[in-house]
Amino acid sequence: MIRDITLGQYYQTDSVIHRLDPRVKLVATFVYIISLFLFHNFTGYLVAALFLAAVIKLSHVPFQYMVKGMKAIMFLLLLTVVFNLFLTPGETLIQIWKFTITKEGLKLSIFMAIRLVFLIIGSSLMTLTTTPNHLTDGMESLMGPLKTLKVPVHEIAMMMSIALRFIPILLEETDKIMKAQIARGADFESGNLIRKAKAMIPLLVPLFISAFHRANDLAMAMEARCYRGGEHRTKMKPLHYEERDTVAYTILVLYLIVLVVVRNIGFLP
Amino acid sequence: MGIIRTSKLIYEYIRRDEEGNPEGITRAVNDVDLDIKPGEFVAILGHNGSGKSTLAKHINAILHPTEGTVWVDGMDTTDEENVWDIRQRAGMVFQNPDNQIIGQVVEEDVGFGPENMGVPTKEIWERVEESLKAVGMYEYRKYSPNKLSGGQKQRVSIAGVLAMHPKCIILDEPTAMLDPNGRKEVIRAVRALNQVEGVTVLLITHYMEEVIHADRVIVMDQGRIELQGTPREVFSQVDRLKSLRLDVPQVTLLAYELKKAGVALPDGILTTQELVKALGDFAYASH
Repeated sequence: MIRDITLGQYYQTDSVIHRLDPRVKLVATFVYIISLFLFHNFTGYLVAALFLAAVIKLSHVPFQYMVKGMKAIMFLLLLTVVFNLFLTPGETLIQIWKFTITKEGLKLSIFMAIRLVFLIIGSSLMTLTTTPNHLTDGMESLMGPLKTLKVPVHEIAMMMSIALRFIPILLEETDKIMKAQIARGADFESGNLIRKAKAMIPLLVPLFISAFHRANDLAMAMEARCYRGGEHRTKMKPLHYEERDTVAYTILVLYLIVLVVVRNIGFLP
Repeated sequence: MGIIRTSKLIYEYIRRDEEGNPEGITRAVNDVDLDIKPGEFVAILGHNGSGKSTLAKHINAILHPTEGTVWVDGMDTTDEENVWDIRQRAGMVFQNPDNQIIGQVVEEDVGFGPENMGVPTKEIWERVEESLKAVGMYEYRKYSPNKLSGGQKQRVSIAGVLAMHPKCIILDEPTAMLDPNGRKEVIRAVRALNQVEGVTVLLITHYMEEVIHADRVIVMDQGRIELQGTPREVFSQVDRLKSLRLDVPQVTLLAYELKKAGVALPDGILTTQELVKALGDFAYASH
């Protein structure tokens, strides 16, 4: 169940998308997420879907990897849909007792669902095709100007990369502790929400303790390998833009132009 | 002068009870004198709490001595200015492979040390390639560490240290969390480093089988060095080792018991082949 979150899990293969500069991918993901909220018609979604499908195809990452990540946000998705469905004022379609479904609500909830799905797939595509180290390198470089404002950019990037690296390890550990507790009669499944939350305590306490142990070990291992912050540090994979990155930026701009055009004329409702 | 030298090294820490009140002082390392020559393969043996890991952490300047001095390549570890030079020269591999791999891809992890040292990009790549080849992990360079077995992860950790071009490597129970195959893999890699690349190795372990190829074995108990010598010298003292709660390798134990039962065998037999040969000689002689 908890293993389904693919966020932060790099998928090892070789593709154009994998080789792109992480800054391109970061900017593109950011732009793509914003673009999802730019339009309110189906043609726009068609364009966004085509764009996403093309990138998925190019990335050589099996589609089910992204679908797996979706399961984790199913609840959030349902909640959004339900709220939008019932709480949007407008022309009444169906009325059940006190709840009314409006035409606008239906449209909005479908839009919201598609947006969320695209958003998750889009961002997990970034983490699936970029190693966290690469990703944080990209962020460090994009946030570089903040250094003059005394923002500890390198430290933030390092923390993020370590957090990402430990997600699968801690998940595995959670699984292990869970099984150990189940073997001793713990019950994580039955009961109401409060009981379930209480049942998590014997899971979270050992997990936290082990996380602190790991953090301590890791800090020692990093120091033993001469880690002393961002000063005097060289890069194994320094970032520089290649031709393909320019091409990618151009495609991104084209995508935006198409979207803006579609937004304004939109030949479908 | 040796590459690692300690003189009258003492390390004490304050034991605390559950509320954090001091209970007493524990001397984890007690009056240890050590001199390790370049190129040597030294193994430190001891059961849990014998102070062997504490000793190892002194050599990497992670811990500082309460009394006495530690020199690594002639540098005093208590001198703050030497810390990074010492850590580069005396690389350290820890017990848990998961908690010392920083990179999400094998090659990035191996490059972490050289990056910290400010090595130019091109040279980092050369070092990564050469270190991964030295431990036989080059074909896994693009893998995620989570997909590797314990023994493979530990070999990546060793490559990560090797990429810093250290003069010696300290391995703090590198095989404690591995299965028998992983253990063999790691020990083979360590031996190759010592013999082919000439790296000084300080192996800390509680598995006897791993130390029979060492040049020198040091047995520690309660913070002190109790025994020292070649594996043959050390393992011939079966009774002494037993009193220190250490197990001798099974073959050595068998030879020891046979000898006690009246079979004339030489002392300190370490491998099956040796025992077979010795028994053959014995059978021949008694004919």
